[in-house]
Amino acid sequence: MEFGPHLMLAVLEGLVQASVLTLTALGLSLVFGVMRVVNVAHGEFFMLGAVLAWWITSLLGGGAGLAFAAALVGAPLMVGAIAALADWLVLRRVAYDPERTIVATIGLLYIFQQITLMTFGPDARPVPPPFNTRLALPWFEWGEGGIALYWPWGLSITSYKLFVIAAAPVVLVALWLVMTRTRLGLVLRATRIDSETARAFAIPVEQVYALVFGIGAALAALGAVLVVPIRQAHYLMGADPLLLSFIVVIIGGLGSLRGTVLAAVLIGMSDGIISVFFTPTLAKIFATLVVAMVLVARPGGLFGERRT
Amino acid sequence: MAPRKILSASAGTTRRSMLKGIAAIGASTAATGFPGFTRFARAAGSDAPIRIGFQVHRTGIGATYGRWYERVTNAAARVINEMGGINGRPVEIVAEDDGTDPKRGAEVVGKLANQHRCDVAYGTLFSHVVIGSAPRAGELKIPYFVVSEGHHVASGMLNRYTLQPGITDVKSQVMAMAPFVAANLGRKVTMIFPDFAFGHNHRDFFSEAIAAQGGEVLARIAIPPTETSFTRYFAKIPRDTEVIYHVMVGPSVLTFVKEMGEFFGPSAPAIFGFIDSLEGVDLASPGLEFLEGSHFWEGMPRYEQPGDPDYVKFYREQVGLDANGASVDDPDDISANAHMFACWETLFTIKNGMERAGYRGPEDRAALIEAVEDIDIMPAGREHPQGPKVFNGLTHQAFGVQYISQVRNSRLEVQHVTAIKDGFYPDEVDYTKQPL
Repeated sequence: MEFGPHLMLAVLEGLVQASVLTLTALGLSLVFGVMRVVNVAHGEFFMLGAVLAWWITSLLGGGAGLAFAAALVGAPLMVGAIAALADWLVLRRVAYDPERTIVATIGLLYIFQQITLMTFGPDARPVPPPFNTRLALPWFEWGEGGIALYWPWGLSITSYKLFVIAAAPVVLVALWLVMTRTRLGLVLRATRIDSETARAFAIPVEQVYALVFGIGAALAALGAVLVVPIRQAHYLMGADPLLLSFIVVIIGGLGSLRGTVLAAVLIGMSDGIISVFFTPTLAKIFATLVVAMVLVARPGGLFGERRT
Repeated sequence: MAPRKILSASAGTTRRSMLKGIAAIGASTAATGFPGFTRFARAAGSDAPIRIGFQVHRTGIGATYGRWYERVTNAAARVINEMGGINGRPVEIVAEDDGTDPKRGAEVVGKLANQHRCDVAYGTLFSHVVIGSAPRAGELKIPYFVVSEGHHVASGMLNRYTLQPGITDVKSQVMAMAPFVAANLGRKVTMIFPDFAFGHNHRDFFSEAIAAQGGEVLARIAIPPTETSFTRYFAKIPRDTEVIYHVMVGPSVLTFVKEMGEFFGPSAPAIFGFIDSLEGVDLASPGLEFLEGSHFWEGMPRYEQPGDPDYVKFYREQVGLDANGASVDDPDDISANAHMFACWETLFTIKNGMERAGYRGPEDRAALIEAVEDIDIMPAGREHPQGPKVFNGLTHQAFGVQYISQVRNSRLEVQHVTAIKDGFYPDEVDYTKQPL
């Protein structure tokens, strides 16, 4: 493949990856920012989102569009509810102690994974995309008569992938509006800055925590529902998003939403581009190297809070 | 070994006396509630079942194959028992999940041998699990019958206790495919294969085989079997490729093939695939329309073919396959028939070997290995429904016919059946020289 079309394909693939990663990592970052909980089970909420999307679409059947819309709304809500329940049943009982929550969420990881294996089974299952037209993209070359357009082999994207790329900014803006313009956002921000003072102002911190844990999980599930028509639902699919989300959150700064978005785009794009031009393994090596460099130079992450 | 033997013997006595105790109070129903106890009681008798330890990929990336390997194994064991068992003793399958993981695989072989007291171990598919487990089988001196396709048995890499009598190896398969690819599809090939032992067999031996036909491999694209996104790999396919040669495994094979179709659009080169890329996947799935007219290797045809012999019909009926190669209970549950037939054939080879050796128990394991090494011709029939085979006792590897099918109306129709000799190559090892 020539360099130009190759780069364009790499950028498009990178954008799809960045889009899903942004949503997933935002969930992890939000949970850490507000609750100071390192949620190791985050990847399993991603997996549950994909599996529930499969369940909803296969239950409804019929038109792919309607079933997918139901999954897009239903799966994140269900995963959010499961997460809120897990918070109430487990995390609250260990008093959100940092070490104990890590162990508790590792436990949750295995519980969710094994329950999925026992019910959904070990197979990968496809979810039909609501629409999926292949769009061949043109490229230009200098011919005898000036610029000429042509359609290189393989330079294409599907309408569904464009939808995924567009969906992330929409969700981001919505989340930003909630955080900055609503009473709920005010409560979340207050709890995040100082939970004890928030409690003094009659903010029900425990309910806020359950809500935040639910929203964080729902964001991961939303990312998964978006990606599952491109990939497939599988009980082991949570590992990669978990690793990448941690990389993103560490680079961006734990708890910083702005840093998370920036790092997600950086890692998603570099993953796409390095994978296309070199190998996916090199992309992972690069991402991990960036984490190491950031930890050395700015231990709090690019936009993290300065520790004193 | 000695301390373990003593330990297990004393444990046995305790269990047996406990069993007597239970029997004495007339609690036979209680005994059936403890499978371990009843098992041990039966093992004492001479008509005790022959226990075949089944290392199965119930979970992990091989789960689709594992599910069907287990169904075929159970069907074959039932048929063997209906025929009167082996040496007059019933066959019992003891299945243990290995998670498609080499480390766990070696542990499972140990567990089958020491804990479950199996006579032989059998059934492993994924090449990295075979390679990880076979040394343990060699140490324990338990015959290990693999159903894997990898060249690792015939290459001499493993040991005398490991045999592959039910399925041909990749080297043999690709040697038989290369003349067809070069003559009908093209000579400039780009290979896409999974990045582990099995895929490396494809890479190395097909490159050699196509060069022998005057062709060349332009690019070799290795993909990790756990990968979930593939477009980025397709960008590396050189423009002057005439044939795409694809073989993929893992949970995302459907995504792999769909993204290949999306990548090429209407201007795809010729495509030749190993059905591994779509085992357990319906060819009529949306997004696979572009495969129409393309060719696949099949170990055994998935779809019912006109003029199928009676023994093929018998096999399909016993295993529970419909005309589309799906489960008779669920038309969406597509089989892995290009591979799983080998479980059936391997079990019948174990039966044949045990009968030749007059097998009585673990003390006859060495005799069993020698008896199987003595097998050479395996004619097609109910015991070998995939087709006739030749077993090479020196390399512990079976050779057989291969099927080349074309996608027509979202079904695979057999176009060409290779001859057994198309897959012959010089021996690379003589396992019979290794001590037992």
